[in-house]
Amino acid sequence: MKALLESLIRGLGNGSVYALLALGFVIVYKATRVISFAQPSFMIGGAVAVSYLAEVTGFYLAMVLAALLVAAVALGIERVAIRPMVGRPVFVVAIITLGIDVVVRVVVNGFIGLDVRQVGDPWGLSLVEIGGLAVQQRWLAMLAAAALLVGLLFAFFRYTRYGLAMRAAALDQETALAQGVSVGTVFALSWAFAGGLAAIAGTFVGTGQGVDQLTWIIALKALPAIIVGGLDSLGGAVAGGLIVGVVESLVQSYQSDLAPWLGQNFAIVTPYVVMLLVLLVRPYGLFGTREVERV
Amino acid sequence: MLEVRNLEVVYDDVMLVLRGVSLRVPAGSIVALLGANGAGKTTLLRAISGLLGVHDGEVTKGSVTVDGEPVHHLRPAQIVRRGVSQVMEGRRILGELTVEENLRVGAHTAPRDLAANLDRVYGLFPLLKERRKGIAGYLSGGEQQMLAVGRALMAGPRFLLLDEPSLGLAPALVGQIRDLVVEINAQGTTVLLVEQNATMALSIAAHGYVMETGKVVMDKPAADLLSDEDIREFYLGLGAEGAARSFRAVKHYRRRKRWLS
Repeated sequence: MKALLESLIRGLGNGSVYALLALGFVIVYKATRVISFAQPSFMIGGAVAVSYLAEVTGFYLAMVLAALLVAAVALGIERVAIRPMVGRPVFVVAIITLGIDVVVRVVVNGFIGLDVRQVGDPWGLSLVEIGGLAVQQRWLAMLAAAALLVGLLFAFFRYTRYGLAMRAAALDQETALAQGVSVGTVFALSWAFAGGLAAIAGTFVGTGQGVDQLTWIIALKALPAIIVGGLDSLGGAVAGGLIVGVVESLVQSYQSDLAPWLGQNFAIVTPYVVMLLVLLVRPYGLFGTREVERV
Repeated sequence: MLEVRNLEVVYDDVMLVLRGVSLRVPAGSIVALLGANGAGKTTLLRAISGLLGVHDGEVTKGSVTVDGEPVHHLRPAQIVRRGVSQVMEGRRILGELTVEENLRVGAHTAPRDLAANLDRVYGLFPLLKERRKGIAGYLSGGEQQMLAVGRALMAGPRFLLLDEPSLGLAPALVGQIRDLVVEINAQGTTVLLVEQNATMALSIAAHGYVMETGKVVMDKPAADLLSDEDIREFYLGLGAEGAARSFRAVKHYRRRKRWLS
């Protein structure tokens, strides 16, 4: 029982990082109908920025600054590389985002070097005792940060002028235009959000273990998360991220005892297995809009 | 004064949809724009409100001016800020948002007047106030049309472009919409009303324009249009009631050969 709960908390911690990344994907998708494959580079860029800034400003301020920095970079990239492509097939734009991902990652890798960079977080791998459970502090920090950010985001989309404008543009661009919403601003905002969220997620990925040139692969786990939750649902992104995190953690804890024939490290592929299963049953995700297409 | 001068609009670089349309909407009036399907009415509205870009259209000649200032090269958001709002055909409400959120989206360019405009719209449409927390997609057709008009009013426009507000509504509701248009106009908003329902449009408009295949073919005070023979026959369905028409008298057109299409 104790091991199960600990495993669950680890899963929720990791899952909230996936959720933040997935939110970025979904926000960009809703605004522009493009899946932005640039998220991994923003994630790793944020973590590396924190690793440099934390030595000067301390961890927390560094995280905020890095999020703003990456958001600004994402904004710039959207303006330069994506905006001129408005009206082109989404497939083309998606491929461009792949290219952006490679470019940004090469640049960031120059800053990483060959070693593992520490992000200078105050948690490391230290444990905290809660009701008899030994839990790593960083899982709790991830959960808390994700809860805070998700709350802020939902409040933003519900109550603010630009949040509403973004929702309106996601539902019907022409209508939003007719109300005086600048759709360009909506695109830019969505990329900035995705960049900022990815940067914070990256920082949390780096807690405890640091980041190296291969850490970006973790961002790909947000893809199963958005497929599970539904591509166009913010709530689905959060749920999908948490589900993927928890399933991965449980498999990691129990697979070696229950199903040793699957071999070692099977946990790494479980997000994709979950994605395949969900795709078989509900191709539009748990919370996504069901697409009706007449053939 | 909203003025369109000699406007030409081309879609997809090849389709000439408006060929030199001119039109004047004096401040404070209701002007009706009639025409059959495909005459270019909606295109004209899009050209005024800047929404041509979405449909790959562009103004190739002529101008649209609001109080003397050209607006046809501006983006939709800037045109809304100049005081021109369009209510698009087919209502186009944001179905997943609540009624009040729809209205707040409409207030995007005028956040400071949000409360005042909200009061005004709820005053005009008490029904919307009752259902303001409800999901907009669940409203009935007439309520959705009212929401669409209310949303446009949230920007506090001086010129309101209404594209077929009576489309698909029961006759009783059409009367209600007509009264609302009159009331909105009385509150100081100039209205350009595009309609297929010519009886309704001409009964409240001061002036009427009739478009056919991208041109204004008739331009008269509404009362004159109502008594015009052709308008009575083609738009009001009142021509020579009961009298058998000889099809010999109907004009014949020989189809031109089109080598290019």
